[in-house]
Amino acid sequence: MKMSHILKSIVLFAGALLLSLSTAVPAVAASSADHAEQSAEAESEINVQEIIFDHLNDSYSWHIATVNGHHVEVHLPIIAKTDSGWKVFSSKHLAHGHEYEGLRISTSEKYEGKLVEVAADGSESRPLDLSLTKNALALLINSTIMIVLFLICARWYKRRPEHAVPGGFVGMMEMVVMYIEDEVIRDNVGPDYKRYSPYLLCAFFFILINNLLGLVPVFPFGANTTGNIAITLVMALCTTIAVNVFGNKEYWKEIFWPDVPWWIKVPIPLMPVIEMFGIITKPFALTVRLFANIMAGHTIILALTCLIFVTFAMGVGIGTGMTIFSVILSVFMLCLELLVAFIQAYVFTMLSAVFIGLSRQKHEHGEEHHSEEPKALEE
Amino acid sequence: MSLITPDLGLLFWMLISFGLVFGILAKFGFPIITRSVASRREHIESSLRAADEANSRLAGIEAQAQKLLEDAQARQNEILKQATANGERIVQEAREQAQVEAARELEAAKQQIETEKRKALGEIRSTVALLSVDVAEKVLRQQLGDKESQQSFAMRLVEEAERAEQGREA
Repeated sequence: MKMSHILKSIVLFAGALLLSLSTAVPAVAASSADHAEQSAEAESEINVQEIIFDHLNDSYSWHIATVNGHHVEVHLPIIAKTDSGWKVFSSKHLAHGHEYEGLRISTSEKYEGKLVEVAADGSESRPLDLSLTKNALALLINSTIMIVLFLICARWYKRRPEHAVPGGFVGMMEMVVMYIEDEVIRDNVGPDYKRYSPYLLCAFFFILINNLLGLVPVFPFGANTTGNIAITLVMALCTTIAVNVFGNKEYWKEIFWPDVPWWIKVPIPLMPVIEMFGIITKPFALTVRLFANIMAGHTIILALTCLIFVTFAMGVGIGTGMTIFSVILSVFMLCLELLVAFIQAYVFTMLSAVFIGLSRQKHEHGEEHHSEEPKALEE
Repeated sequence: MSLITPDLGLLFWMLISFGLVFGILAKFGFPIITRSVASRREHIESSLRAADEANSRLAGIEAQAQKLLEDAQARQNEILKQATANGERIVQEAREQAQVEAARELEAAKQQIETEKRKALGEIRSTVALLSVDVAEKVLRQQLGDKESQQSFAMRLVEEAERAEQGREA
């Protein structure tokens, strides 16, 4: 049964990949057309870097496809607080660099692609920009999916008699939830793991669902959510709060008065400073690891897809050859990304659990002494 | 580069989304799943323990039944042995009694024979006495001259007497 699940998902992703290729064709063709407008001499040139960065970065509208030069896109709402109060309007007013209500999407180097307020003298400044961007909308969609999924599971348990064993979808979810709770959370957090288990499970499934839906190339999925540093930063800060707010006396003693020779901590508090750095580097590592992994995955898949169009621009023969090569590599990369999606969620959860476990350690020294005493007696 | 600078708006939306997910699922999602799995595990464990207990109890009952059966068999054997012994004893007793009875009867028969014999001897004695008297009478009557004729005469008389005796007995 599990094998058939895996096979099914592989088939699904293969299908999704084909879809991605079919949607990518007009999109890239259109971008080349846009380019043609801008620079007439480089008609068939494809700006791979721009395509990739367009995807990796957030945007104010959700570009789905381009059909015959027309962009099919969802214009998302702009919400910003400017000097003259709150502004809420559709981003279609800002398309093609238009200015609307004193706001426009900047093309300057400093604020490229961001919403800026244009002053009377033409200078740009960032307003308080709470626009529902592509990533924000994707987050809301993915969160809704996640909430619905788990509420369905929870309802299954509520409606069944006690001790009922689920099968099918709920059974699979239960298996994953219990795997994470037993293998990752309980083993790493320690005896009072029940308190942290909802947060860690939330973090795991939030990252996993965002990672997986980020790989689905059709609207309304495929946004680069977990490959955005703002999102991973929030996740890492949540873990930092869980670690430092609920850390026990032992944990703080280890930071400010660790068991080291006195001269490393008394005149100059060398060890406490190092430990304080540790507090900062932990969330930093969590943030960057997840962000960089997912971003890199998206970049490679996009680059492989763009390769098809770049080589077709060189010639049909080489293009056909490279297409086969690229599709095979893309399938491989997507499978790898599926693995990475799970591994990164797993690693984030496990490291969070380990950090929390370290902040909840108790009687470590007592235990050490106990284990040493019998040895001394034996001698 | 904007890739590595977190955007304030997105931070805000992320806080809202993750807060929403955490707020709802930490209360109505994960604890329900983990709790029901934990309670199921407990249930399975306690059921297993109960089954083990029942099994061991059953084994105890079986042992008890076996013991009962063995006891019954032992008693049966004992009873059988006793019955055999009883039977043997009875037969022995009967035999002994029969022997005693037979001996007694034999004794009685012997005694009877003895008395008969005595009676017969007495008769013989009286008959011999009579015969002796007869012989003496005849001897005396003949008055025999010589010793030899006397003797042959006496012999003849005795033979006669014996014959007479035999004839009488017949």
